[in-house]
Amino acid sequence: MARTAPVPAATDPAIIRNFCIIAHIDHGKSTLADRMLQLTGVVEQRDMKAQYLDRMDIERERGITIKSQAVRLPWELDGTSYALNMIDTPGHVDFTYEVSRSLAACEGAVLLVDAAQGIEAQTLANLYLAMENNLTIIPVLNKIDLPAAQPEKYAAELANLIGGDPEDVLRVSGKTGAGVEVLLDKIVRDLPAPLGDPNAPARAMIFDSVYDTYRGVVTYVRVVDGMLHPRERIQMMSTRANHELLEIGVSSPEPTPSKGLGVGEVGYLITGVKDVRQSKVGDTVTNMAKPAAESLGGYADPKPMVFSGLYPLDGTDYPVLRDALDRLKLNDAALVYEPETSAALGFGFRVGFLGLLHLEIIRERLEREFNLDLISTAPNVVYEVTLEDKKVVTVTNPSEYPIGKVMEVREPMVSATILAPNEFVGAIMELCQQRRGQMKGMDYLSEERVELRYRLPLAEIVFDFFDLLKSKTRGYASLDWKADGEQVADLVKVDILLQGEHVDAFSAITHRDKAYAYGVMMTGKLRELIPRQQFEVPIQAAIGSRIIARESIRAIRKDVLAKCYGGDITRKRKLLEKQKEGKKRMKMVGRVEVPQEAFIAALSSDESKDKAKK
Amino acid sequence: MPSVLPLGDPAPVDGLLPGSAAVGSGSRRFGLYVHIPFCAVRCGYCDFNTYTATELGGGASQDRYAGTVSAELELAARVLTASGVQDRRLSTVFFGGGTPTLLPAGDLGAVLRAAVGLWGLEPGAEVTTEANPDSVTQRSLAELAEAGFTRVSFGMQSAVPHVLAVLDRTHQPDRVPLAVQWAREAGLKVSLDLIYGTPGESLADWQQSIDRALELVPDHISAYALIIEDGTKLAARIRRGEVADIDDDDHAEKYAMVDAGLQAAGMHWYEVSNWARAGIDECRHNLGYWHGDDWWGAGPGAHSHVGGVRWWNVKHPTAYAQRLGDGVSPAAGRETLDPSARYVEDVMLRARLKEGLGIASLRDSGRKAVAGLIADSLVVPSEAFAGRLVLTGRGRLLADAVVHRLLPD
Repeated sequence: MARTAPVPAATDPAIIRNFCIIAHIDHGKSTLADRMLQLTGVVEQRDMKAQYLDRMDIERERGITIKSQAVRLPWELDGTSYALNMIDTPGHVDFTYEVSRSLAACEGAVLLVDAAQGIEAQTLANLYLAMENNLTIIPVLNKIDLPAAQPEKYAAELANLIGGDPEDVLRVSGKTGAGVEVLLDKIVRDLPAPLGDPNAPARAMIFDSVYDTYRGVVTYVRVVDGMLHPRERIQMMSTRANHELLEIGVSSPEPTPSKGLGVGEVGYLITGVKDVRQSKVGDTVTNMAKPAAESLGGYADPKPMVFSGLYPLDGTDYPVLRDALDRLKLNDAALVYEPETSAALGFGFRVGFLGLLHLEIIRERLEREFNLDLISTAPNVVYEVTLEDKKVVTVTNPSEYPIGKVMEVREPMVSATILAPNEFVGAIMELCQQRRGQMKGMDYLSEERVELRYRLPLAEIVFDFFDLLKSKTRGYASLDWKADGEQVADLVKVDILLQGEHVDAFSAITHRDKAYAYGVMMTGKLRELIPRQQFEVPIQAAIGSRIIARESIRAIRKDVLAKCYGGDITRKRKLLEKQKEGKKRMKMVGRVEVPQEAFIAALSSDESKDKAKK
Repeated sequence: MPSVLPLGDPAPVDGLLPGSAAVGSGSRRFGLYVHIPFCAVRCGYCDFNTYTATELGGGASQDRYAGTVSAELELAARVLTASGVQDRRLSTVFFGGGTPTLLPAGDLGAVLRAAVGLWGLEPGAEVTTEANPDSVTQRSLAELAEAGFTRVSFGMQSAVPHVLAVLDRTHQPDRVPLAVQWAREAGLKVSLDLIYGTPGESLADWQQSIDRALELVPDHISAYALIIEDGTKLAARIRRGEVADIDDDDHAEKYAMVDAGLQAAGMHWYEVSNWARAGIDECRHNLGYWHGDDWWGAGPGAHSHVGGVRWWNVKHPTAYAQRLGDGVSPAAGRETLDPSARYVEDVMLRARLKEGLGIASLRDSGRKAVAGLIADSLVVPSEAFAGRLVLTGRGRLLADAVVHRLLPD
């Protein structure tokens, strides 16, 4: 603990250290962060909540961090008081861009790896990202108190990855606190101090912005040049929008206003804006009166990769869903949506997400925080369809797939990194081949662990890929992916028809080779899920007008309860009323009554839910 | 497992009915149902409220049951009078079970006498008892007729031994003609109950049962699709895969067979599961249920209805006997139907009848549904044009769907 903490706005960059922690979910990043908060004295023991920095319930329950924050920690070494800014990074594959901005705000990174598990694919990807940003890496093995810990083995693996000696890999336990002080000392010693021009026009990079019900948007920045002061007007360089800086300060970890933020400092800004889109991650903040000529660079608009239709089970909840999305959007710059109508599901929204975890988190928040029951349609990616007249149509929903002559369809690609023990290489290669993957390379991280690199269509990994990968490798494989352009592919739209009526909710765009399998799967599923009607119901899968699979639900011939005497009447009436109630949950497709449960069961990929929870 | 009672409001200990029950009682017929909760053995498919002899004692025992149930009849007379319900003679009496004929004919006669003493019988009143073919003798049937019974309904179920075995019915098929003959000799009208769709019953088996039943020239036949009730032995056997599950298509086929066979033999359907030789042979007691008439149901688990108030007695014979011994109403719960529930019941029950449902009595939503029902061959067009909704053969099998379409959403 430092005796006198350096004061914000008057801190010499030489005593500032900005760092983040790169770690996989479950590798103990939040626990280690908690321990640092305690050791540096910014949080008293009695105020300590487990995983202090992860505020949202869902984050705490899932044990993962969705939104990053920054905390200023005082630390004394060799008689000098330092200001350490710990920037917490999101730990999941869907938030790569946000991770990259957090990394850009730091000079160094603690590479935290579970001493019982070794490095995972996402950590490796983020490590590469940090190395590309020239960050100083401090390798650390966590959970050394675990009986299953193998510190020698994984220290060698880390040393092999980043270069250096296994002896230099620190060993800590976030749980017991062992080694954490040494780590704090090492951060001060090894990380370079931030560099910047205090006299230049102010430039600060936004690495996070969070909507707070009481304060509006809270923007987290790292100051590179110059200084920001309260009450002055600031400008967002990407949009040229300007705002008055109502409050500026640092988190330690509760927000504490300061007289400003200078070179190398990390803190928050409040301008009173109500929408995180006005404070975009990656953007550069400058002084309105004395604007910088050039932004810091690296800004990119978040790009939704996966789309899904969200529909309220109860149609009257549509306005509630709209309001709920409007609310979540305030805090999530990556969330995009527009109203959509489905013949089968009624009114809803087509929502774009960064990835499947993002989708699951949003869906879960909508259900939990806004008490909504939702149907979400099978997630799909964005296709670019070129027609013969050279017109290009962007398809985010199978129902938008053009009917006319299609010349070419382009699908988004990803480059994926998979880490796994070498015994599973064959199984992984087989899976990736089935998913139309092209192998790009393979490296041994150690004698037993292999890194495989593939280029895959995004569509092939959004549904159940991760589950299959996990099950084929007994849970050992980890996966990371990032967008990697697009490719032309032989894709077709498969329609599902119930008694000749298109059911838009069940349409899918698939590779031609897989269309038949999809048709057989979906018609078979629906035959099981849709109750018998008073007439025969054919279920067909079709590409255009060509039927590729067919099932049929035989007509029901008898439903009548044979006996109805004095003692049966009350029971029968109550049953009838209950059935009536159940009928309200039926959707009509033409004349066919389809229970909503059937839609949910047919559309839900249970796999994808499990995936997000892993 | 006896069937589960509905959930309702608590019933008062004195059994007194709300004032609404008495309204219009003068214009409704009044029936009595007496539940006899005893069986020699429990059949594998049965979830009725019935017990074997060894299961019960005290006031619930078989030998004291006539006295116990007669005590409820006295309470019934007091309650109806005190509730302002007009005093009416009984137009029908029905003893059901269980197996009423497990009680000595003298006991059944005594209960009937008690009822007649309290309310009297309308001229030409119908007095029925259910019976198992093997729980009657020539003598017992003659005694019943002498005591005032006019009709007996035999649980024939099937003429095929392997089908009877799956149903756990103990009687020999050749016992049925004998019992019918004795009933005839005693001057009783005869109804036969049949069950179709038992696991393992072939179409030929079913045709044989229909033919054997018709050979006996009964006045009335009830034919029921076998329903697998939760908690029955048969349900467990199906779950374990020991016997095949029932099948709706098989039921539909067999319904068509019995309907065709009975109509060819000169019988007519008057309710989905009931056929009679002549109008006068229709079971007037059961018609009372479907017409919304008043009846008192006596005995454990029995249901009653008076002027839109339905109630049901405690289920267990011992608890039932105890209540009556304490001079307390045996009612366990009741419900007072609001206009919309009465409408639902009226549509639900009358749609099952050959006499049909007056289309003019339907609400808007129901009237609008009629055209679609005609188009789907569920109701008879000529009857509909004449203002009555009468089910076709297909409509009878899909009566629940018809009712759904008639009722508002």
